[in-house]
Amino acid sequence: MEKRVVFRSAWLPYALIAPQILITVVFFFLPAAQAIWFSFQLQDAFGLHTEFVGLRNFEELFADERYLASFKTTAFFSVIVAASGIGISLLLASFADRVVRGALAYKTLLIWPYAVAPAIAGALWAFLFAPSVGILSYFLRKTGYNWDWVLNGDQAMFLVIVAAVWKQISYNFLFFLAGLQSIPKSLLEAAAIDGAGPGRRFWTIVLPLLSPTTFFLLVVNIVYAFFDTFGVIDSITQGGPAQATQILVYKVYYDGVKAGDLGGSSAQSVVLMAIVIALTVVQFRFVERKVNY
Amino acid sequence: MVENRPYLTFLAHAVLITGVAIVAFPLYVTFVASTLTAEQILTVPMPLVPGSHMIENYTHALLSGSTMGAAAPVGRMMLNSLVMALVIAFGKIAISIIASFAIVYFRFPLRNFFFWMIFVTLMLPVEVRIIPTFKVVSDLGMINSYMGLTVPLIASATATFLFRQFFLTIPEELAEAARIDGAGPMRFFFDVVLPLSKTSIAALFVIQFIYGWNQYLWPLLITTEESMYTTVIGIKRMIMTGDAATEWNLVMATAMLALLPPALVVVLMQKWFVKGLVETEK
Repeated sequence: MEKRVVFRSAWLPYALIAPQILITVVFFFLPAAQAIWFSFQLQDAFGLHTEFVGLRNFEELFADERYLASFKTTAFFSVIVAASGIGISLLLASFADRVVRGALAYKTLLIWPYAVAPAIAGALWAFLFAPSVGILSYFLRKTGYNWDWVLNGDQAMFLVIVAAVWKQISYNFLFFLAGLQSIPKSLLEAAAIDGAGPGRRFWTIVLPLLSPTTFFLLVVNIVYAFFDTFGVIDSITQGGPAQATQILVYKVYYDGVKAGDLGGSSAQSVVLMAIVIALTVVQFRFVERKVNY
Repeated sequence: MVENRPYLTFLAHAVLITGVAIVAFPLYVTFVASTLTAEQILTVPMPLVPGSHMIENYTHALLSGSTMGAAAPVGRMMLNSLVMALVIAFGKIAISIIASFAIVYFRFPLRNFFFWMIFVTLMLPVEVRIIPTFKVVSDLGMINSYMGLTVPLIASATATFLFRQFFLTIPEELAEAARIDGAGPMRFFFDVVLPLSKTSIAALFVIQFIYGWNQYLWPLLITTEESMYTTVIGIKRMIMTGDAATEWNLVMATAMLALLPPALVVVLMQKWFVKGLVETEK
């Protein structure tokens, strides 16, 4: 779509777009290009000497068992976070769409966690589950369960998943609610007249009509689990214990900032970039389909 | 509602109340912890009714911070967060609205190229270019400054898109009329486009304010001085390894202070918030 009526000026459009382009080049393209450049280089321990090593950083990366383990951790983490976040939100949204009384109150009380920073969400749950003082740890221990996520990797994983899902429910909830409200009531009424109960109507009408929303949320939630959960991980486990919760983004940060491995960290950045690009392409192809839907 | 089924309505309320309770539980415990003394929290299990040390804890946190780890006053950190959130929100809106105005209302060489350049930044989140971006910022001498905290995050593909989509829906007749009346492009922008964009600006502002306030990785990298910490970073610095050493009452008071401003924005500006969320993701 283009405008028929346009203004003419030799310099004004460039002046208007310049600030955005300048920031984009300096803080996005330059660093991204550098990341790619660094990923082909090897730096000595003192940072005095760098040499071009071609694909060696990548070869080492994919031969590194800990990196492959981090891949697996990330895949597990993001699938569970996306699936449980979407499931819980869909349940809440379908019931919220049904109630008449108190609908606004429920909505308001369910959406505020969106405003909580991932790192704060992490701190809140870390406190609830803190091995010695946490109130939930206390109840868990009372039931005889040996709860100590500082030592147990599976428990640490469970904790970061709970915090990450808790933070994301409100987002999914809002999109499902909007999707549910856009389903024509006449369809549901016609089905009801034909004798379909609420459960049947949900499976055969509501769920298929929600599939574009669900797919969109799936992509968004996976991106969220891949990148935005950095704060959750850093404020609860810092990737531990023994790398049990070290997702890819955390490893880039750890290797680059804490361990000072510039080449290795940059190679990981490049791999992550490829993943984001793939996810964005998937998302946009889907958005185009949604327009025609 | 399609039909009246009392048991289903009852079930709906039951599920929703459970959901609300689970979602609110961490907030409640945080609030209770922020009103107790450090010793009261260490008694296992900690009390679940608010104590009497609320004012004391909040004043202590705001004016002098915790006594271990980050000792900077949280009041200062909140000021930093506020500056960061406001500059990012207004900055993103300002540079995106003029960029999309140029893209929609002018024909000029490289127009599409610039548009795609902005678009591609969607694929380069901070997390994938941590170290090089940090280097650029430190070469520019922007470490530990408000400039460094905000400027690198101000470019916005989503805001540019949103404004572009919106401008495309503005009737052609308005621009035609403006041209016949002899108004230049900037006059048209300030007198017609800007007033029409009010609702989009409000919606974007809410989303971007929350985005700016909640930034974590970026301030973590570029603030090394306590006086430049944002609230979210401050909390992380207050939590000690080995949880008995942490002053949980102060940490939890700080957590409340960190999450209340954006939560209030969401609840009080709910209409704009929902609009902004749905539109920026389109």
